[in-house]
Amino acid sequence: MEIKKGVAVSPGISIGKCLVIDAEDYRIPRRSIEPSQRLAETQRVRNAFRDAIEELTGLQDQQKDIGQRKIRDIFAVHLSFLRDRSLRKKITDLVHDESVTAEFAVSKTLRDTASDFAKVKDSYISERAADIYDIEHRLLRHLLGGRRQDIQQLSEEAIIVARELSPTQTAGFNKEYIKGIATGAGGRTSHTAIVARSLGIPAVVALEDITESVTAGETVIIDGNRGIVIIGPDDTTIQQYLEYAVEYTEMEHRLDAIREKPAETRDDVRVMLFGNIEFPDEAALVFKKGGEGIGLYRTEFLYLNRDTEPTEDEHYDAYARTVGVFKKEPVIIRTVDLGADKYTQSRRYVREPNPFLGLRSIRFCLQNLTMFKTQLRAILRASVLGQVKVMFPLITNLQELMQAKMILGDVMEDLDEEKIRYNRDIEVGIMVETPAAALTASMLARDVDFFSIGTNDLTQYTLAVDRGNELVSTLYSSVDPAVLRLVRTVIQDAHKAQIDVAVCGEMASEPESVMLLLGLGVRKLSVASPMIPEIKQIIRSVTIEECNKVARKVLGMNSERQISSFLRDAARKILPEAF
Amino acid sequence: MQTGETVQKGFCEVEVEIKNADGLHMRPAMQFVDIASQYQASIAVSNEQTSADGKSIMQMSMLAATCGTRLKIRAEGADAGNAVEALRELVEVKHFGEPTPEEKARQVQ
Repeated sequence: MEIKKGVAVSPGISIGKCLVIDAEDYRIPRRSIEPSQRLAETQRVRNAFRDAIEELTGLQDQQKDIGQRKIRDIFAVHLSFLRDRSLRKKITDLVHDESVTAEFAVSKTLRDTASDFAKVKDSYISERAADIYDIEHRLLRHLLGGRRQDIQQLSEEAIIVARELSPTQTAGFNKEYIKGIATGAGGRTSHTAIVARSLGIPAVVALEDITESVTAGETVIIDGNRGIVIIGPDDTTIQQYLEYAVEYTEMEHRLDAIREKPAETRDDVRVMLFGNIEFPDEAALVFKKGGEGIGLYRTEFLYLNRDTEPTEDEHYDAYARTVGVFKKEPVIIRTVDLGADKYTQSRRYVREPNPFLGLRSIRFCLQNLTMFKTQLRAILRASVLGQVKVMFPLITNLQELMQAKMILGDVMEDLDEEKIRYNRDIEVGIMVETPAAALTASMLARDVDFFSIGTNDLTQYTLAVDRGNELVSTLYSSVDPAVLRLVRTVIQDAHKAQIDVAVCGEMASEPESVMLLLGLGVRKLSVASPMIPEIKQIIRSVTIEECNKVARKVLGMNSERQISSFLRDAARKILPEAF
Repeated sequence: MQTGETVQKGFCEVEVEIKNADGLHMRPAMQFVDIASQYQASIAVSNEQTSADGKSIMQMSMLAATCGTRLKIRAEGADAGNAVEALRELVEVKHFGEPTPEEKARQVQ
């Protein structure tokens, strides 16, 4: 039994057998398999070789021009290695003799071969080491590609263990069978964390070398409340956790009972609670949990896990399905926030040296007008179905906002000409998620109907911390005094301009931050759907006067540590079970 | 049959010298493997230190035989004689379709 401590990012308990996903661009750890799996594993090796040969032959045929003879020669070298029986035998023998995974055997054999090559004095040969690494990569891609398929076609319950999950991987998740997630990298606001929370799957991240500590198929316990993963638990531990899981489910049910009651403080101040979603399916979950609309519809998922960009009708269908759940309540659709860690079809392979400071989000849209207009048309068409609002992400200055609004105006004119109906008075808002937008909030407020504070990016950009980098993720905190000063400014400026202000970042889903946000003057929160009952319970347990006092105290504090421990204590007094 | 070639039924061995200037690098090794693979006989190629499977590009390229290196080609199987003859021709007559040091020097001039 081994206990690993990470960061709890999505609550709940789950016990199950693990499915490990390796990454091709990361060292493949040695992982054992049951002797009975050896035959299937050697077959995977052979399939990977077959698929790689097929792929290369296809690529080689495309290089018909004489100018591309060099490339063709390289492919020919790769092909002859892939056809080398003694190489393949070395790998299958390793799988068979040492009972290891196909991934490990491929990686080990080819890396050993590459280093043998590198040692040869003849530079003609030693330089070929790079080709061997290339072949390793290609084979791993085929092996892991097959694994990804396995995840999508999962037919029994499993707990996913990986170094990190990409948006493409999680988009293919079969929710029914994935009971828990444990990753080596990541933080509270990493992509994995957001998806796990929105799907209600218990998850723990930042577990460092977790993929090297587990054996495929081993039993693991994910404690998404305390941030603990137990590998190979003994019977007593399993028993304890089964009981704990029951207790926790009961508490969840108690919280669900307040579904019908309004999110109102003890001194009768009404707060609106919305849900954040990624997929139209989740709108039903938000409704079930008592959400009063969608405060943030992240539309990136329409672009992921597919070969072509979505069409206008595909956009429209997704929005219409969502609005179908909330016909009278607000549905805020955020225009596509691609770039940085998520890419579109045409740009998936373009690497930027500094993607979070690069061509992402609204910047990307403003340079790809056809794609942007397609989405805006769909949003406008859906606007007649309910109370749809449009929101632009990552605005850093007034000019960008005006440009985005101008394009929205152009699309409206197009629709007018085509006599297609839409809501002319659709509300337009922006995400305030850069320090630049927060500091100029008073200027931006004049041209929008609402602000939504995106605390994840705001924190990352203010504190200059990559939220996904476990080496510095402890520096990342949305209650850092610097971030709180910006949040306060935005709220005050919104009030002065008499526009709506909501918080839709992860901060709003953190029970310990709720009192603070209410005290700062926020009356609209948009949270991950599983968190709605708990956040509502907190709102219903406090008075605004208490919250104001908490906010005043916090703004006087000068260290993040002091603030977070003060907030945790304050919240514990209200809802002891959750902590 | 050339002198120095040992022929028994199903067994054949010959010593060859690498004559192309660049030695047994990737492309020549691939040609060698391609031809060797056309025969049923098992083919072993050895220099003074190691022996390689003549049908394995990985092992053949690891021999890293430079110009002037002498290699022993050994084939075992029904078509061993033909295999060895084809491979000898590739190495010593065709020079893998590449120039010898003298030819290369002439090209430079």
